Amino acid sequence: MLEKVRAPGRSASASDLYDWDELVQEDRVHRLIYTDPAIFHAEMTLIFGAVWVYLGHESQIAKNDDFITTRLGLRPIILLRDSQGVIRALFNRCTHRGTTLCRKDKGTARTFTCPYHGWSYLNSGKLRAVPWPDGYACDFKDAKYNVAQVPRVDSYRGFIFGTLNLDAPPLLDYLGGITKPIDEWLDRQPGGKIAVCEANRLKYKGNWKLAYDNSGDGYHVVFSHRSLLEMENRQADVANKGMSYYRSSPDTAPMYMAYMGNGHHFKDKRPAIEKRAGGLWAVEGPAPGTEHYQEELRRRYGARAEEILDLASSEPVNINVFPNFSLLGNHIQVFDPVAVDETDVTWYGTAVVDEEGVLGGAVDEINALRMRTMEQFPNFGEVDDLANFEEIQRGLGCLEDEWVYMHRGLGIPGRVKTDANGVIMAPATDEAFMREYIKEWKRLMKAEPNIAIKREP
Amino acid sequence: MQLVRDPSSSSYYVTDAFYRELIAQFADWQRDELAIADLAERDRFRMLIEREARLLDQLKFDEWLAMYAPECIYWVPATPEGGDPRREVAILFDDRRRMEDRIYRLRTGYAWSQAPRSRTVRMVSNVEAFAAGAARMVRSNLLISEFRPDGVRFLSGFCAHRLVEQDGRWLIAVRQVNLIDCDQNLRNPSIVI
Repeated sequence: MLEKVRAPGRSASASDLYDWDELVQEDRVHRLIYTDPAIFHAEMTLIFGAVWVYLGHESQIAKNDDFITTRLGLRPIILLRDSQGVIRALFNRCTHRGTTLCRKDKGTARTFTCPYHGWSYLNSGKLRAVPWPDGYACDFKDAKYNVAQVPRVDSYRGFIFGTLNLDAPPLLDYLGGITKPIDEWLDRQPGGKIAVCEANRLKYKGNWKLAYDNSGDGYHVVFSHRSLLEMENRQADVANKGMSYYRSSPDTAPMYMAYMGNGHHFKDKRPAIEKRAGGLWAVEGPAPGTEHYQEELRRRYGARAEEILDLASSEPVNINVFPNFSLLGNHIQVFDPVAVDETDVTWYGTAVVDEEGVLGGAVDEINALRMRTMEQFPNFGEVDDLANFEEIQRGLGCLEDEWVYMHRGLGIPGRVKTDANGVIMAPATDEAFMREYIKEWKRLMKAEPNIAIKREP
Repeated sequence: MQLVRDPSSSSYYVTDAFYRELIAQFADWQRDELAIADLAERDRFRMLIEREARLLDQLKFDEWLAMYAPECIYWVPATPEGGDPRREVAILFDDRRRMEDRIYRLRTGYAWSQAPRSRTVRMVSNVEAFAAGAARMVRSNLLISEFRPDGVRFLSGFCAHRLVEQDGRWLIAVRQVNLIDCDQNLRNPSIVI
């Protein structure tokens, strides 16, 4: 059963909040889009309610009755695989008084019982029992007593997304061209699969869009990450470790940014890496176990060891799906807004899953090495970006200095190109993707999503 | 002890066998029958841990590193149970070289997450020592007060130190820091915790 919801963000005052064309211009945006609590409040419906939002990975709920708790914007969600195997995103909210039903991060449960008055629900969301029902005149078979859930939940190759907007296109259409880099990212893994394995969980005091602005930014790398680049190369014979390919002339280096529509963009740095087995591993920075595992695998597997070692190396891509999902290196990065000036950035680690045994028994070893290489960037790179995002938020406290620029590459003839499929291509250091995604943001802030929730009949 | 390979410039000791032993060493060690009652011995380890806390507060990183065995681990798990570092990412899992990397980065002058540097004061308490064969396991509680320009915050948890005696000195072989909020999103965890 669908329940149409008049989006709270679309009250008369919210739709007239601002002249969005004034706030988002061709070359710049107004500071208010990062600082105004009213805009943030509206975004929780007009963005996080209206488009497909990443919720979790199927490996986190591998078996029937498995669940994790997560968020859709600010809405607490239980993402689960019910007893029949259906993936659902339940609002973590008792229909009685609004109490959250589940307070664990993950687990296995066929039913959820509200700790407050004992109403219990099947993991399909259907009301199972109410204590002392004789005290009620109503019919508890009425669907309105079943837990509300996200009406549309769908997966793409293990990545689970959900939306409240009945008018949103199908997930596959929403993802569009960005599925190609997602496929390539997965297909370099044995069996085309990964499993989520814990996370580096970070938080910053800044607006969530600062992270999405940065997600495809090739301009900041040598500045924001200077300490990381110096660290990774301090003992290298050739200073080519990590993102060193940004160092000399990143505007013309063989890498590019592609804006794929619907706010999604792809920064491809693979052309900057020698295309051969072991090419990626050759530029991976040092990690605990590097020399041991490298020699051990080369001794056992000979030339084949190089492609195995590449699995412990950071894939040089940034695949960004608006508004909250990013594949980069071997990470799934998720942006979760908390408040107008607070965002959680979670870097989920991914492990190699070698169901067919194509790695000849090296899967545990390569994962042991991969865990350590994955800890590198969150520890020594991301913390500096987040510090800079916080300082942007602080700088934007200057009320009278209103504009934030994103015009790198704009207006230079021949620099930004659109291909036959409508993909916008630019050097990896241009801000074209920022300008394009924020246009999409503006379109969404003006639009009327068809928001609904679902309940079991 | 003479090492064939310098663990500051290469990492040969982090092997499958090393991980297996590490996990075994950090399981089931807080047992009363293994507790060391001898006050002098406990005091020796308490002083060692207090000195480490002071050196970190004073940013005396070279002296801090010298408290560690050449082949050592500094480990902050991302789950309250510690987890299996072969299969899970940790908040951090540093070998000797990466510990030195960490210090090197902080000293570059370009580690923006530590510009300006945090000011910290560490309290260590509730020190208990346990026998682990020739090694010692020491549990202590840790409270770090950390000042950054926008205020003071607290990081707390318990530390598990594995100490080994080499050439008559007790050195830290492994330091595991178990933050009470290790599985939550942490703001700017860029100090040496």
